[in-house]
Amino acid sequence: MRRRSVVLAAGLALLLAVPPLAAIAGEPFAVTLASRVLIYALAAASLDFIVGYGGMVSFGHAAFLGLGAYTVGIVASHAFDGTAVPLLPFAWHGTDSALIQWPLAMLISALFALVIGALSLRTAGVYFIMITLAFAQMLYHLFLTLPTYGGQDGLNLWRRSEIPGLDLADDVSFYYLTLALLIISLLILKRLVHSRFGMVLRAGKQNEPRLQALGIPTVRYKLLAFVIAGAFGGLAGALTVNHTEFVGPGLLHWTRSGELLVIVILGGLGSLYGSVVGAAVLLILEEVIAGWTEHWMIVLGPFLVLVVLFARRGLYGWLAGREAEGD
Amino acid sequence: MTAQLVFEQTLNGLQQGVMLFLMAAGLTLVFGIMHLINLAHGSLYMVGAYAAATVIAVTGNFALAVAGAVVAAGLTGMVVELLALRRLYGRDHLDQVLATFGVILFFNELVKILWGAQALFMAPPAWLAGSVPILPGAAPYPAYRLFIIAVGLVVALGLRQLIVGTRLGMLIRAGATHRDMVGALGVNIDRLFTLVFALGAALAGLAGAMAGPLLAIEVGMGETILILTFVVIIIGGIGSVRGALVGALLVGVVDTYGRAFLPLALRTLLPPAAADGLGASISGIAIYVLMAGVLIWRPRGLFQAYGG
Amino acid sequence: MRLRILLLAAVACAISVPPLPGAAAETAKPVKIGMITTLSGAGAALGIDIRDGFKLAVDSQGGKLGGVPVELTVVDDGQDVEAAKQIATRMLKQDDVDVITGIVWSNLAMAVVPTVTRAGKVYVSANAGPSALAGKGCHENYFNVAYQNDNQHEAMGQYVTDRGFRRVYLLAPNYPEVDYAAEIANLRAAKPDAVFFFLPGGMGVNFVKQYAQAGLAREIPLFGPGFSFDEDILKATGDAALGVANTSQWAWDLDNPANAAFVAAFRQAYGRTPTLYASQGYDAAQLIGSAIKAVNGHVGDTDAFRAALRRADFASVRGPFRFGPNQHPIQNIYVREVVRSGDLITNRLAGTVFTDHQDAYAAECRMER
Repeated sequence: MRRRSVVLAAGLALLLAVPPLAAIAGEPFAVTLASRVLIYALAAASLDFIVGYGGMVSFGHAAFLGLGAYTVGIVASHAFDGTAVPLLPFAWHGTDSALIQWPLAMLISALFALVIGALSLRTAGVYFIMITLAFAQMLYHLFLTLPTYGGQDGLNLWRRSEIPGLDLADDVSFYYLTLALLIISLLILKRLVHSRFGMVLRAGKQNEPRLQALGIPTVRYKLLAFVIAGAFGGLAGALTVNHTEFVGPGLLHWTRSGELLVIVILGGLGSLYGSVVGAAVLLILEEVIAGWTEHWMIVLGPFLVLVVLFARRGLYGWLAGREAEGD
Repeated sequence: MTAQLVFEQTLNGLQQGVMLFLMAAGLTLVFGIMHLINLAHGSLYMVGAYAAATVIAVTGNFALAVAGAVVAAGLTGMVVELLALRRLYGRDHLDQVLATFGVILFFNELVKILWGAQALFMAPPAWLAGSVPILPGAAPYPAYRLFIIAVGLVVALGLRQLIVGTRLGMLIRAGATHRDMVGALGVNIDRLFTLVFALGAALAGLAGAMAGPLLAIEVGMGETILILTFVVIIIGGIGSVRGALVGALLVGVVDTYGRAFLPLALRTLLPPAAADGLGASISGIAIYVLMAGVLIWRPRGLFQAYGG
Repeated sequence: MRLRILLLAAVACAISVPPLPGAAAETAKPVKIGMITTLSGAGAALGIDIRDGFKLAVDSQGGKLGGVPVELTVVDDGQDVEAAKQIATRMLKQDDVDVITGIVWSNLAMAVVPTVTRAGKVYVSANAGPSALAGKGCHENYFNVAYQNDNQHEAMGQYVTDRGFRRVYLLAPNYPEVDYAAEIANLRAAKPDAVFFFLPGGMGVNFVKQYAQAGLAREIPLFGPGFSFDEDILKATGDAALGVANTSQWAWDLDNPANAAFVAAFRQAYGRTPTLYASQGYDAAQLIGSAIKAVNGHVGDTDAFRAALRRADFASVRGPFRFGPNQHPIQNIYVREVVRSGDLITNRLAGTVFTDHQDAYAAECRMER
């Protein structure tokens, strides 16, 4: 077997084994932590899709996470209060059904990604970084100050989303559902990367003027990629709000976007699967080092600088070897 | 709404704008010349504020505190540049963003260890503690805020003099447009970069010291102003000091007007609580809308100095 | 099991008060108390005082409350809602605590308290008292030993009216801000008789200083809730706050034996005058202790534990204290005045505004089970 296949199979087996192992160890909290890892992995993978393959360094990806989470939170709060969702041409009192909530979260995030992307892609390079950052901060401020949905206080999710035949309030069920969604999303993104669309995207990262000379509308491709990334970011948001049973403006804060970029780089830029490794390492390190010292950032900060300077292939590249680069 | 109120709020806007300019000038210079996007610029502001609070606690002298802040931030900037950031020139922006993000985490934690997690407070010097009448009929205006405006204008003029009238300024201008050529002509590029970085850091430190008596000096204060500074230099055009000044004053005035007048205006239409809430929401995002507007009109900002 | 080791190591920055060896009664199992509070940032002083007040009560009883050893875990929430929520989840699922307390801010409480009460554990609020949790959202597992948020403001409204002010300007934050230049200019232009503001923590310090810098302190009298003029705030504002009247359910110079003992012990332990927050932390510990004692350490018997908490059988440092039907305080509200005493700026008790005051939401509470 090739090294990469071994690494992937071992990783999958480990992820599947988390709940039983946690039960044996008498550490049910491990499942909660592992779910968080998977959700962040999903968000980071969607970011990797545009940064790693499309060369679009978005510093505002938390916006889509937050929009997805707020969509679910808002829809659920109306269902809980029995009030109608405002600004709709028809009376709709929200819902608890995940089958409506979650696709809606993806849709709303995708729509915002369309607007933000269309404006931001007028620019490139450092402007693109700062503009995506600024748009995310704008949404952050909007949720922070808008009193209708909690403002600074955020929104409680009183009931987790409902899926027929599944009890999402049960941490183990929630974990496996999250895992399934993560795997499906990764496979979809992978397929996209290797499709003709993905080839244009990747080629655009290498040499955009040449593609344009060939008559390929690169900006339109990039925008579509940005929208897809936004949609999967929204899905991660829908999962996050169910995981913490709460959504607040903090989810859109720019440091969250920074964390997502850190996960992408840590796992390995342009590897998708690396996001899972990156998320696991960052979040578990956070738990562990925070147990030793409350000043764990003083370790993480210089560590990041070192990773950037000396370990550009990321952890996945290190684990899976050269073959990872074909991903 | 009276003319006096508009005048007073304009001064408030200018004062906020001047603070933003002190930050934006350094950030935009560093970007213009080294092509480095430095998220840790806000950390230098924080270092300045903490240094100022420490010096004033020991000596009780405000002028010394400001000097201490400028020196501390400048030196900190120099050390960071020498140890880490200079390895990032020429790397892609993603690397720069991540590494300087790491630097932010480091400094936030370092400050927590050195000064504790509690916020510090700092008093303005006694001779600036009160307020002074500036226009007949208008309310007296806090002397300290006038002082900030004056300092900002002096720095703006000084920077202009430096850039237009000195050899260093000539190198800065040349470096921004023809970096390789400047190096080829035998200028010590490394030293020039360190010097420019230290200059930007010192300005951030000055801003931090000036903000001390107005704000709570706390970990994370640098990030709040950093994001606004980004908005300023995007509007002004990255790399342009003139753009930074115009962008900063624009952002300061728009933000202050929004906060001051939007709730008042909305109260004529809505009940007070709703007007205040909506006013706060809209004024909170006003500067971002301004930025989006400028970008649609001019994707590279008002005064473009750098190509990409 | 590597993961297990990792997670065992992961019990976050905790300050543990270990149970004393040899002192174990037959109820030896220590009571686990989780404290989530704000120990960093502009609001750190508030959480630090709640913690120190609480710890003083535990320490003065040799690491016990109500005769039973206590394991106190204190975690900093950084005034961040999501962090607080995560800490609560960890305390409930991993550390298996019996009681949670300590949250300073109402928005954090709104996110955390339902998580705790729905998990069947008891939450004792040592500060935040949002109306939603006092009225329709009241819960049999939720106790507030400090105040309902409106209490101090209601009293101040009464006091300002009694003093004959008619045009009063109210200032409260929509979201955290640090510079009030724009708001102060608007305020001056409105030409009010008096100003009442509600700006907790560091925001209040900035506002009071900027208000004085704008020359308004001499022109328009300033009023505020007690916590905006507490001892820690006065250290930062200095002279700027002199003469301000503020309302509070407690004052350090309130004359009763429990308070005298508390203030003396606090000063000795920490070298500073306690604040309102410290008094609330101390009373929270006293309340929990009284209930632990009543159930002889069997806090797992939740019905009995709750019933004991409801009786509030302890000597509160604020004097008369009992719970209303919504498990929020019925208490006196006093007015204090900021004065200079020697080198220090401090508060002096100036009168009583309300006696046996209950909040306005108690009637809406149908206790949820």
